[in-house]
Amino acid sequence: MVSIEEYGDFETSWCPGCGNFPILKSLKQALAEQGIAPRDVIVSSGIGQAAKLPHYLRCNMFNGLHGRALPVAQGIKMANPEAAVLCVSGDGCTYGEGGNHFLAAIRRNLDLTLLVHDNQIYGLTKGQASPTSARGHVTKAQPEGNRSDAFNPLSVAVAMKAGFVARAFSGEPEHLAEVIKKAMNHKGFSLVDILQPCVSFNKVNTYGWYSQRVYFPEDHDPSDWGAAMALSEEFGDRIPLGIIYRADKPVFGLGGRLAEQEYDRNDLKAVLQSYT
Amino acid sequence: MSRKDINIVIGGAAGQGLVTIGQLLAKAVVRAGHHLLVTQRYMSRVRGGHNTYAIRMGGDYLSGGTESIDILAALNSEAFARHVDDVRDGGLIVAGTDLETGERDALRIPFEELAPKPLFHNTVMLGVLGRTIGLDRGIFEDLLGQTFGRKGGEVVEANVDVLRKAYEWASGRDHGFPGRIGPGSGSGRMMINGNEGIALGAMAAGCNFVSYYPMTPSSSVAMALIAKGAPLGLQYEQAEDELAAMNMAIGASYAGARTLVTTSGGGFALMGEAVSLAGVSETPIVCVVVQRPGPATGMATRTEQADLDLVLHAGHGEFPRAVFTPATPEDCFYLTHRAFDLAETFQTPIFVLSEQYLADSYRDVEPFDLDGLPKTSRPLLEWDGEEYKRYAATDDGVSPRLVPGFSEALVRADSHEHDENSRITEDKTVRVTQNSKRLRKESGLFEEVIGPDYYGEENADALLVCWGPTLGACLEAVERYEGDESLAVLHFKQVYPLREEQFMEFLEGAGRVVAVEGNATAQFARLIASETGFVIPDRILRFDGRAMTWEYVLKGLTDIL
Repeated sequence: MVSIEEYGDFETSWCPGCGNFPILKSLKQALAEQGIAPRDVIVSSGIGQAAKLPHYLRCNMFNGLHGRALPVAQGIKMANPEAAVLCVSGDGCTYGEGGNHFLAAIRRNLDLTLLVHDNQIYGLTKGQASPTSARGHVTKAQPEGNRSDAFNPLSVAVAMKAGFVARAFSGEPEHLAEVIKKAMNHKGFSLVDILQPCVSFNKVNTYGWYSQRVYFPEDHDPSDWGAAMALSEEFGDRIPLGIIYRADKPVFGLGGRLAEQEYDRNDLKAVLQSYT
Repeated sequence: MSRKDINIVIGGAAGQGLVTIGQLLAKAVVRAGHHLLVTQRYMSRVRGGHNTYAIRMGGDYLSGGTESIDILAALNSEAFARHVDDVRDGGLIVAGTDLETGERDALRIPFEELAPKPLFHNTVMLGVLGRTIGLDRGIFEDLLGQTFGRKGGEVVEANVDVLRKAYEWASGRDHGFPGRIGPGSGSGRMMINGNEGIALGAMAAGCNFVSYYPMTPSSSVAMALIAKGAPLGLQYEQAEDELAAMNMAIGASYAGARTLVTTSGGGFALMGEAVSLAGVSETPIVCVVVQRPGPATGMATRTEQADLDLVLHAGHGEFPRAVFTPATPEDCFYLTHRAFDLAETFQTPIFVLSEQYLADSYRDVEPFDLDGLPKTSRPLLEWDGEEYKRYAATDDGVSPRLVPGFSEALVRADSHEHDENSRITEDKTVRVTQNSKRLRKESGLFEEVIGPDYYGEENADALLVCWGPTLGACLEAVERYEGDESLAVLHFKQVYPLREEQFMEFLEGAGRVVAVEGNATAQFARLIASETGFVIPDRILRFDGRAMTWEYVLKGLTDIL
């Protein structure tokens, strides 16, 4: 048994009431309930308030650069296929700066879990529009309203037939913990887009705003790609939560743990021989 | 001076098979026991254009390429027109009967007579060239068997038959070319180019991870690793871009892989941010940068030495690094092996800075002595000490590096400034402690610096200072110089850090010092000036996209001296 306490309790730099707190709590719960010890978890993160999460969790971590958490996470997984590898960051980091990596990670399909704290705003830089901000969203940086359409990560992931695509909400921490567990159990790349209110800079997409809209669709079959595609488009008066799409696909093949691997000198001698 | 070597230049359009002819001929030369040096010039296109594959061969070690041609094998009229003036007196031109060669005498091959179909024209050319320089036909037969064996016995036999006809035809020609290749100097040597040398050096150091984004002329390092690395357990990935390639490598290295990243200047520019990440997170990375002319897209398939400044200064903030600049495929092997050891020992990015000329330049090399290689440093897999601190502030700046997931101790790495336990900090004292700790590793790197090699008599009248593969051209220019002045060469295979006591006496003792570099601004001369205060007044600089040759250096010397 692994207790939640093993994952530590740290002082954070998050604002009181931040939607990140329940995510951290649900993640600890998901890890403990799966019986995964801190030594076996490696978390990669980027830059932003969400990306600070591994600093508040007792585990191995690599807190890297803005937008580059996914490449680091994939490198880690390739070098150590036995570790539970998580990648945690925000919507700006993952869908903006790291957009190309997001697409490539879905295609590559390594067995790791991406948790995106999606608050539809840039929090750490104090309130500019993010890739998921709605068109027209007014901020100090977009005083006439955001001039770009919002990026829909779920539609993109479903369109690309990512093996596991889910949405959760900070205001539903028990559900969130369950979704994280299922995502980690999925063999292959899994995305959990987590609606996470920014209490300081997003005055539109608040706890109340989300709470009035989220619902758990009944009778949705995540293996039905067409239905998943339709469901992923829903983001307005009603916002579906849960597993949107799920499929088994070939997982990026891996060898053993590279750190303990030493080559046989005779193999290299044979390689040299091939050049004569 | 007398030099019994032959320079064969095969010229033609991409897609005509000149690389195939060149590779087989070069391999035969090495198998026959001769020394060899290949210089490839090609254009950034898959078909057409004008390319050359130059093979210089001889019984003596060849330091570099040359511009004078002994045998020009022209596969098309353009090859003839472009290079006819470089064919030395008494040299030979080999071309098809359909080719317009004007007044010039040429050995005209009737391809249609000798080959049943155009597919075999390359084998005809190979046979004619092989016979002309006096190579044993059996060597080519073995090579054809190995090359076409996968396509079946019939294909091999058809090629061997064509080869025999070509040999017979060439035997009966009186073309007046006396230049049979001299006696061989021993068999059993490998034929590798610079990029293969890097790949083999990486493998010998235990490299088991490579991530890269394809970019000429660096890609073949990764291709060689992928082609040969499977028995060594190599994991590899072609990343979506250079940013991903470098970050992926850093992730893998953090998790215990021995990682290599390969790119060229334009791609390396994109990696700058992650180079800095390797510096602050103290993650070992070996980064191979194979130069081509810039700025920006520059000339994709040509050569230059103009990215020294970029590599020296890549990444923001201050952190230790070392830069190796190999001159030969052997250097590529041993320096890359060493780069892995230094990267792991000092937990910081280490660079191998090569260039297109060396990347594609084949040489014959003695098989590497794998058993004699020093062991390379490895990270810890177990921790049984007291509380593990990833960034413990030690005297030499090197903290114990533990691989995550192998012990109870947690391994936490960070891109921010951090304390010994990897916690983000803005504390001014901790900042100074950690930044100073990282920079203390420079002392260790300084102790390990490979000093430059000095060739020539002491206190020469003129000293040529060079780095990277420019060495060969300098050595041969000195050998061929006919003036009264004594000349010497000072070659740096490691350009950073620099240790003054390893070379200042040479600079100060020489009558004149001349920087010889493949760039327009003498970047290395500037580095020496900024590190030592010694200003090198004279320069021979080449930045037309072509490799430095002895002819170019000699002309420059004549102008200066």
